[in-house]
Amino acid sequence: MSDAQLKEQEYVHDVYNEIASHFSETRYKPWPIVTDFLMGQTMGSIGIDVGCGNGKYLAVNPNVFVIGSDRSEGLIGCAHGINSHYNVMVADGLHLPHKDNTFDFAISIAVVHHWTTRERRIAAIRHILSKVKKGGRALIYCWALEQKDSRRGYHIGMDQDVMVPWVLHATPSNSNNSSSNSSSSAKGKKHDHEKPDLTGIEPKDRAAFVTKWKQEREEQRAREKAEQDDLEKKNDDKESTTKYRFYHLYKEGELEEDCLQAGGSIVNHGYEKDNWYVITEKQ
Amino acid sequence: MKFLTTNFLKCSVQACDTSNDNFPLSYDGSKCQLEQDESIEFNPEFLVNILDRVEWSAILQVAADLGNTSLPPNKPIFEDKNSLNEDDMAILRDLHILLIQTSIVEGEMKCKNCGHTYYIKNSIPNLLLPPHLA
Repeated sequence: MSDAQLKEQEYVHDVYNEIASHFSETRYKPWPIVTDFLMGQTMGSIGIDVGCGNGKYLAVNPNVFVIGSDRSEGLIGCAHGINSHYNVMVADGLHLPHKDNTFDFAISIAVVHHWTTRERRIAAIRHILSKVKKGGRALIYCWALEQKDSRRGYHIGMDQDVMVPWVLHATPSNSNNSSSNSSSSAKGKKHDHEKPDLTGIEPKDRAAFVTKWKQEREEQRAREKAEQDDLEKKNDDKESTTKYRFYHLYKEGELEEDCLQAGGSIVNHGYEKDNWYVITEKQ
Repeated sequence: MKFLTTNFLKCSVQACDTSNDNFPLSYDGSKCQLEQDESIEFNPEFLVNILDRVEWSAILQVAADLGNTSLPPNKPIFEDKNSLNEDDMAILRDLHILLIQTSIVEGEMKCKNCGHTYYIKNSIPNLLLPPHLA
């Protein structure tokens, strides 16, 4: 294996298999331009989704036949688990198991940026286009360098080849600390509004009852808080590991250039959700 | 994996592209387990357009691999795609059952050129190559 392949194995393929189920939970909302592209395909046309991940684009248009492939067995397993009608397979984006000049369209959403050299990224786009019929179109998305206002804050002037962390908690359902915090504080508020049940208590005994009740509540809350803290501490300790994925962040105009190098023409291009996209047509 | 998918699957080995034997893959009928999913709805217009994109000889080969030799030797032709008659609909219904509703849930398929075997597990075909073939 070449250095580039080894790097992709360690920082792309292995990581996606490890984070697959957690990653899949965060990927469910189709992006509007991708949806438009798919809905624009005619009844009974056929396409490929290269690097389909958990398959969120495979059922957008029920009137087309889309084959989704991904290098990650873990993600393809997630896709099949989400919808057993998805047409999915495990395959390498540079060795797609399809004949050339076959498909009406292709999409590859947030995938090409994972190849570690420019030659391999262009080869990947060329390979996708090779599977599309003459005049067929491919929609390609890649992460943008220009995303100053995003959570990651990448911007012009930074190195375009980056290692992006993915924090993986041992228990995926509890992985989001902020949400468990907010649920515990909501619980606290609920306690504040609770009142002691005074039915059947003589008026003269009520003050003592309320004091005792307050004390018990206090102790209960202290116990709950201690348990919660323990749980959170355990989650933090328990192999909360950080995995790194390789990304090449595209700068404005670069994806168009790569598509041209790959032999496609540019039909449309733009920026959406921290990504550059191009619709490229096979000549 | 739906039967229809077999029409779009060739061997992943690049060197096999120069051969005509890399498509369709050869399916081991004794090891392939089939399932029919009747919940997938029949859409004649969709299917007619899909048939335009299908290689019929490959459909025949894979069907024969799996023990079905009852298909017509030539791809069905529909005189008027916009007004399908009853006979057309009967043919399309049969094809819907075969191509869309039938899937291979477990099995093996092999390249007729290089002999490499690929596996289908839990309905998912794996076309990745071992490092020495990639």
